[in-house]
Amino acid sequence: MNDATFLGMPAFPTAAASALRDSQLRGNLARATGTIRSRRAAAVAEQDDWEQLREAGRAVKERTLRHLDRYLLQVEEKVTAAGGKVHWARDAEEARRIVVGLVQDTGEREVVKVKSMVTQEIGLNEALADAGIDAYETDLAELIVQLGQDQPSHILVPAIHRNRAEIREIFLRSMGAYGTAAPADLDDDPRRLADAARRHLREKFLRAKVAVSGVNFLVAETGTAVVVESEGNGRMCLTLPETLISVAGIEKVVPTWQDLEVFLQLLPRSSTGERMNPYTSTWTGTTADDGPRAFHLVLLDGGRTNALADPVGRQVLNCIRCSACLNVCPVYERVGGHAYGSVYPGPIGAVLSPQLRGTTSEVDRALPYASSLCGACYEVCPVKINIPEVLVHLRARIVEEGRERLVPKPERLAMAAARWVLSRPSRLTAAQRAGALAARLVARRGRVGRLPGPLSRWTDTRDVPVLPAETFSAWWKGTHR
Amino acid sequence: MNARTEVLDRIRRALDDVPAGERPQDVPVPRQYSRGGQQPAGSTAAVELLAERLAEYGASVHLVSPQDVASRVGQSVAGLGTGSVVVPRGFPPEWRSALDPDRVLTDEPRLPVAELDRARAVVTTVAAAIATTGTLVLDGGPGQGRRALTLVPDVHVCVVRAGQVVASVPEVFTALDPVRPLTFVSGPSATSDIELDRVEGVHGPRTLEALIVV
Repeated sequence: MNDATFLGMPAFPTAAASALRDSQLRGNLARATGTIRSRRAAAVAEQDDWEQLREAGRAVKERTLRHLDRYLLQVEEKVTAAGGKVHWARDAEEARRIVVGLVQDTGEREVVKVKSMVTQEIGLNEALADAGIDAYETDLAELIVQLGQDQPSHILVPAIHRNRAEIREIFLRSMGAYGTAAPADLDDDPRRLADAARRHLREKFLRAKVAVSGVNFLVAETGTAVVVESEGNGRMCLTLPETLISVAGIEKVVPTWQDLEVFLQLLPRSSTGERMNPYTSTWTGTTADDGPRAFHLVLLDGGRTNALADPVGRQVLNCIRCSACLNVCPVYERVGGHAYGSVYPGPIGAVLSPQLRGTTSEVDRALPYASSLCGACYEVCPVKINIPEVLVHLRARIVEEGRERLVPKPERLAMAAARWVLSRPSRLTAAQRAGALAARLVARRGRVGRLPGPLSRWTDTRDVPVLPAETFSAWWKGTHR
Repeated sequence: MNARTEVLDRIRRALDDVPAGERPQDVPVPRQYSRGGQQPAGSTAAVELLAERLAEYGASVHLVSPQDVASRVGQSVAGLGTGSVVVPRGFPPEWRSALDPDRVLTDEPRLPVAELDRARAVVTTVAAAIATTGTLVLDGGPGQGRRALTLVPDVHVCVVRAGQVVASVPEVFTALDPVRPLTFVSGPSATSDIELDRVEGVHGPRTLEALIVV
């Protein structure tokens, strides 16, 4: 199966403008995010100690990150003692090589996969395909994306941009090519669609010898891995195969078993708006007579230490991938996930991706600006990541990096001009008079519309009211002698 | 430098703002959230809440008295028509007395996955239950079997003793052994992947029936 890639995506402003013209997409997103927002609000409202849980979650993550080396060594020790094998990967390329090698060692040509952001991040499916290994996504939304040769657009529900009619089309068209076909009389009732997915994946689960997963949490104290899910596809992958390979970002660690009591209350309510998700599995290494005989844990840096090195940016590593920030974001709701050009879309993606990947590409430099700084994301974040703070911090960093460029950006020229004008009252008065005159010349019906050249960057998307003929200081002087 | 050394080295360099003498416990973790425990396990309030919450997520729930468990188990299975029923080792014999012995599979010797797939139902006990979230916890202990047994058959009938029901999530964590493979089950399998609407019944058991012994 060919997975499309984010490479070559235009930067956010261009991608957002084209997404906004897609009325089907906007309709699908508005409906889905509206549903989940109200469900989350209800689930959070009935938990009286929500704020105390958020603060505990944030603090546990802070403690973990400030002593991450120690906790990772503890994970390694405990997982190894329990019969697992731990691998370390500096970057995506190394992680891919490790996983592909482990699958090849089993002699198998196919793997079943539990939905996992980190395997998406490292482009694992493409690497497996290049090695001649078929990787089957088993989460319903991932299956929709994979069968549709599409891109994920949401952390929790990667196919959020598709409505039921589109999903029916994809199933009818593509399921047959990869296994059990969809029934010919399939309609767009979500129950029947879910049933078609059950039939399609059943034989794959039952014959699978190797599974690949991510993890939601890794408990340092015990070496326990945790996967939180809904459909039972996770349980199938974690239980039936002989070999389980789990890839985890190094930030997934929590210090103690007791800490799970915090996160297993925060995550389901924030994520799907349920009191508890249908299935949570925990396992520690391997267990005789139950589940896989071999367990491999791949610990990935992949840019996380870059984020860790920034005392302001570090907090994004608190993220437990609930996606509440996407669902409340007015920008995400209108443009959808693809416009962000990153595996992690929405507000968290705008602060995470530029830190993981660096700010060398135009896509990553644009991301911290893909926000109106309204702060709704911070309010809902179960681990209290101050996303607006990090956005502003990254904007400043990108401007600083821009200073080193030979040709200054128009924005910098404008700021230099503003500094010159604002440093003397006489210059400001002269500039205001000139501005008022110029604005009257280009205005139509009291508004300034689209302007040419560099000014179009501002005026393409907004009208500016015409400046009054008399400035405030001139009026003050005239009325208060 | 190998990957392990290099990743650890990068982490230590990234954390050069953390004072050398700082210990993990020096970073405060306020645990002012509710730890539960106001009521003993198995209180009437907790049992009623568990029943209500399980039902809300699409499980069918029956409160049964100890002497009626066997007949209720028999009734639940009889209602499913034909097909075998998996009963793991350690399931109390007095609770399976109404089951037709010809239909019972015991996983001894270990059932091949294809046979599990043909089984109509599985009947188990639990390790614990959380009332607030409507959650049943399985730890592979007596009467629960290995994880595949409660996953592959399409119907899961689960017998919960009232004394196993705690009110809140924190209470259950102190009672569980992290070394055992654990499964937290809150209702039948479900998905929200189509337009974020919840649909019950995907890969795990599509029917979950809880019998709470009071």
